[in-house]
Amino acid sequence: MFSVTFAIIIPFIIAALVPLIYRRFKFFHIGWFVMLVPITLFIILARLIPSIASGKTFVHTYKWIPALDINFTTYLDGLSMILGLLITGVGSLVILYSIFYLSTKESLQHFYCYLLLFMGAMLGVVFSDNLMVLYVFWELTSVSSFLLIAFWHHRKGSRQGAQKAMLITVSGGIAMLVGFIMLHMITGSFSIREIVATIGNFTEHSLFIPAMILVLLGAFTKSAQFPFHIWLPDAMEAPTPVSAYLHSATMVKAGIYLVARFTPVFGGDQIWFWTVSGVGMITLFWGSFNAVRQTDLKALLAYSTVSQLGLIMSLLGLGSIALQFGYSNNSILYTQATFAALFHLINHSTFKGALFMVVGIVDHELGTRDIRRLGGLMAFMPFTFTVAVIGSLSMAGLPPFNGFLSKEMFFTATVQIMKADVFSVQSIGIIFPVVAWVASVFTFVYCMIIIFKTFLGPAQPEKLDKPIHEAPIGMLIAPMILAAFVVGIFFFPNLLGAYILQPAMASIYPTFGNPANLTPSISAWHGLNIELLMTVGVILIGFILFNLLKKWKPIYGLLSSKYTFNAYYNNLLSFAEKQSTIVTNGYMTGLLRDYLVYIYAFFILTVGGFFFYSGAFSFDPSTNASIRVYEVILVGVMAIAGVAMLFAKSRMTATLLNGVLGYSIAVFFVIFRAPDLALTQLVVESVTTALFLLAFSHLPDWKKEKVSTKTKMTNAVVSVGVGLVVVLVALSVLNYDQFDSISVYFEDAYKLAGGANIVNAILGDFRGFDTMLEVVVLFIAGLGVYTMIKLRAKKEDADIEN
Amino acid sequence: MKINDVILRTVTRIVVFIILTFGVYLFLSGHNTPGGGFIGGLVLASAIVLLYLSNDIETVQKSLPLDFKLVAAFGVLLATSTGFGSLFFGVPFMSQTFAYFELPIFGETELTTVTIFEAGVALAVVGVVVTIILSISEDV
Repeated sequence: MFSVTFAIIIPFIIAALVPLIYRRFKFFHIGWFVMLVPITLFIILARLIPSIASGKTFVHTYKWIPALDINFTTYLDGLSMILGLLITGVGSLVILYSIFYLSTKESLQHFYCYLLLFMGAMLGVVFSDNLMVLYVFWELTSVSSFLLIAFWHHRKGSRQGAQKAMLITVSGGIAMLVGFIMLHMITGSFSIREIVATIGNFTEHSLFIPAMILVLLGAFTKSAQFPFHIWLPDAMEAPTPVSAYLHSATMVKAGIYLVARFTPVFGGDQIWFWTVSGVGMITLFWGSFNAVRQTDLKALLAYSTVSQLGLIMSLLGLGSIALQFGYSNNSILYTQATFAALFHLINHSTFKGALFMVVGIVDHELGTRDIRRLGGLMAFMPFTFTVAVIGSLSMAGLPPFNGFLSKEMFFTATVQIMKADVFSVQSIGIIFPVVAWVASVFTFVYCMIIIFKTFLGPAQPEKLDKPIHEAPIGMLIAPMILAAFVVGIFFFPNLLGAYILQPAMASIYPTFGNPANLTPSISAWHGLNIELLMTVGVILIGFILFNLLKKWKPIYGLLSSKYTFNAYYNNLLSFAEKQSTIVTNGYMTGLLRDYLVYIYAFFILTVGGFFFYSGAFSFDPSTNASIRVYEVILVGVMAIAGVAMLFAKSRMTATLLNGVLGYSIAVFFVIFRAPDLALTQLVVESVTTALFLLAFSHLPDWKKEKVSTKTKMTNAVVSVGVGLVVVLVALSVLNYDQFDSISVYFEDAYKLAGGANIVNAILGDFRGFDTMLEVVVLFIAGLGVYTMIKLRAKKEDADIEN
Repeated sequence: MKINDVILRTVTRIVVFIILTFGVYLFLSGHNTPGGGFIGGLVLASAIVLLYLSNDIETVQKSLPLDFKLVAAFGVLLATSTGFGSLFFGVPFMSQTFAYFELPIFGETELTTVTIFEAGVALAVVGVVVTIILSISEDV
């Protein structure tokens, strides 16, 4: 049986192979090879469309950490299918486009490696059923998008944009993680399906609202909702294929996906309704309003994406109200908002992807994206112009393009919502159609800007570095395919509705019975109604505003740049940097001795403090075994060696005395019949002594340093304290019973692990995870030593040469 | 300073083999008696360190052309990837298993997946210890 898990894993495997293949076949563009991955996955997914449409879902579970309820469960239903098709479909086109966009002189192996990582992470997000797994992939999309945005890392803007995107989306992700953990505390499950099935019993739980807000924070930061939208325009420093992929079709849609996915969980709640629809509306307006002022085409598209994401978000909010009513003819009306959201999600990916590619073409061929330097490109770039017109008019919501259909449905939803008689919608519900209409006017204006300022009017070749010419055909294929979809969906929207959107509606409204009832029939001509009048108004007012642009543009200057969210973000960042520099400089003295004091003082405070606090410093020596003569002798030897070390005259003596301590411990292990530990201790002691002797020659002469009494006192207090805590912990640990004993496992070591050596059964079988991580730590430490010594050595050589 | 190290070299030549054999023995016997990946790896590493001590680095490099950084990396990779192996059998990450097999020479032998994991641990230990010692000594 096909498992969706492979769809997630394949991109990661190929990502690992890309650098190897790149090295072998330098002469050919690695993109051709990489493109096979999304195409294959797209075909695999597309073949499943009929069975998904018939109501089937695909679930597969790999046990991962069942003890913590964390399993690698993949789940393919209608909703994840939409996103899966977008990720792989748009992914294929973007890679095709990037083959012509990026020359082989760039470090392509990095680019495609990151892109595949991103693709796998996105597929992981949409196919995961387990919240913890979803979270891991969620953050992986942040990390891989960071790498992609900073692809041209020699530019300062790229680095800053990447950092901004990462900081904002990752902090949102961490909030989301807390929300997920709360959900687990509420419902006792990490599985989305189980949570959806049982959530009805928990809506009164005290953590329900906090969990909802935290999950929404994750979704809002990822989908660039107001006021977190500030990262998206800065992320435009990325190469254009990345912008087309991440910032129109996939990553920013992850937040939308999350909101849609959690609608059955939180949807019936008033706070959810107002937050999602409200934030969406504000984002819609703010994005479209700010897009108009941009002079950089890509920045304009970035703000337009922000605004369109707000549109989809608000529709999801409006649609969630249906859950308040339960299943009835009345609520069917409201589910159409959700339907419109999903429909617009797909439409937006097609026209915005095409538009980004068009802007990329303009930038690539002419060397600029500044509309003040462009104009009159229509005659020279007819194909690019056609795609641009199709994309822009679809975005503006004009027929015969798919944007028209979903925008009309959006108007319908905002008008319908006023009829709802819950959440006091009736009193202020009028705000929805008004904001939607105003935002659509601005949307219309900036779409006109794209067409008129770039392609019409007089050409200004004197302002351009390169002669105006049409793009190579390869670069045009991908945007033309997307443009074909824009038109195709307009003429056959119900095909999309029945096969793609209907099963997704079933996953958002699982309790609403037959999903066919939730699927309205879409028609281009929907009668002469208020929505159509609104559209006519948008076009009329939009044209007037566009023509008077110069007259009213100064209002953008009214708000001082000190009060923008970008300024707040920058202030916060520089404040954090300054403060952390002060703190860091306070304790990073460069003296090993100081660091040891901090570490040990921290140890006393935490370990000692916790034991003291929990009353665990209690022990009963009467039950201990009696002390034997050798033990007394050994302790005496160790004590003498320890004290003698303090008075040692030479470093060699101190080393030897230290060795005495180490070997004595090994003898202790022998006495207590722990041969494994004894062996390890002996070998470790020998190897470290050898190491110490090697390091010997580097050390300065051993001389008694004069230190102040104060330092001496601190050292004495800290060292005696550590000793005391260790002894006390060792004594009380026997009586410590805060956790269940795990010794039963080890008694059955032979039965369970087939090993007679309990120590190794613990290391390999029962606690293998610990050992694995220890090995990783050891490896990192080894690499640390290696790089420190090698880098320092190189630096010194360089100094000598100078 | 030129020191007379004939005795050291002669002894090393014999002792290294004993130590190496002992290391492998410790590694293999770890499942039922004292030993195991960590300690086996340490003993193997100490044998290699002894080689480096008695001969110079170039000579050893010629007869033992290994990049110990890669050895360590391979070990870590082996140890972590065994954890993923269990996922393909529908059991939790890092699950180990064992079974008894009838082998031609050894008779009935117990084969465990832990051995692969421990091999990774041993290689990582050998790689890291030798890398550290080599880089510090080369710096002299």
